[in-house]
Amino acid sequence: MSRQASGLMAWLLQRTTAIYLAFLTGYLLLKFIFDAPADHAELVAWVAHPVVAMALMLGVPLGLIHAWVGIRNVLIDYVHPTRLRLGLMTGFVFIILASGLWFLKAIITAGLGR
Amino acid sequence: MPTPRPVFLELWRIKLPLSGVVSILHRVSGVLMVLAIPVVAILFHQALSGPEGFAATVAVLEAWPTKLTLLGLLWALFHHLMAGIRHLFLDYGVGLDRAQSRQTARLTLQAAPVLLVLSIILSFLLGD
Repeated sequence: MSRQASGLMAWLLQRTTAIYLAFLTGYLLLKFIFDAPADHAELVAWVAHPVVAMALMLGVPLGLIHAWVGIRNVLIDYVHPTRLRLGLMTGFVFIILASGLWFLKAIITAGLGR
Repeated sequence: MPTPRPVFLELWRIKLPLSGVVSILHRVSGVLMVLAIPVVAILFHQALSGPEGFAATVAVLEAWPTKLTLLGLLWALFHHLMAGIRHLFLDYGVGLDRAQSRQTARLTLQAAPVLLVLSIILSFLLGD
């Protein structure tokens, strides 16, 4: 991970993911302010819609890459003791990966019960 | 060689420039949202799990400590988005001169609370 997501590559990843995430969060904000799903059936129908499901599933890895590069920069800049920094980085990687898998599981299984 | 500029190290007189404020808040808002990721994942999964799960998630979201947290996160999202767009333009060399940079920094700092208030008003008007 560190070799692929460091230096220029990290810089570039942070900006390309940012552009997708800006559009996705813009859509999500509008959706939840103006037309929030009112019950479980509506939420499932929305998430299981192919376009929404695809947009969300693409958003998960891109969002998590963005989160990881960002938190890594912050830890490198402010947490100087090496062991503490590595420990925190490991913790964040685990939390970010677990959350991503949980998001994907929720999206993939959303349409199955219908 | 004496320098004509006033040189001082008094901490009370040293101020972060506006772009610095935007930048540090960009980091603070990003960290806040990263910390929220696992909670959002759990709540999202729970809401999709079934009608009971949906009701449980709604109950969590409607508790006032959650509402306060959501306001903070919504500010974080707006600030991060606005500051991020500003930084992208700066990367492309747009808005780099000092006057413009100060102007867009001030605009960014004001936009997040304005958007926050706007979305609160909208959700009150559209909800019940």
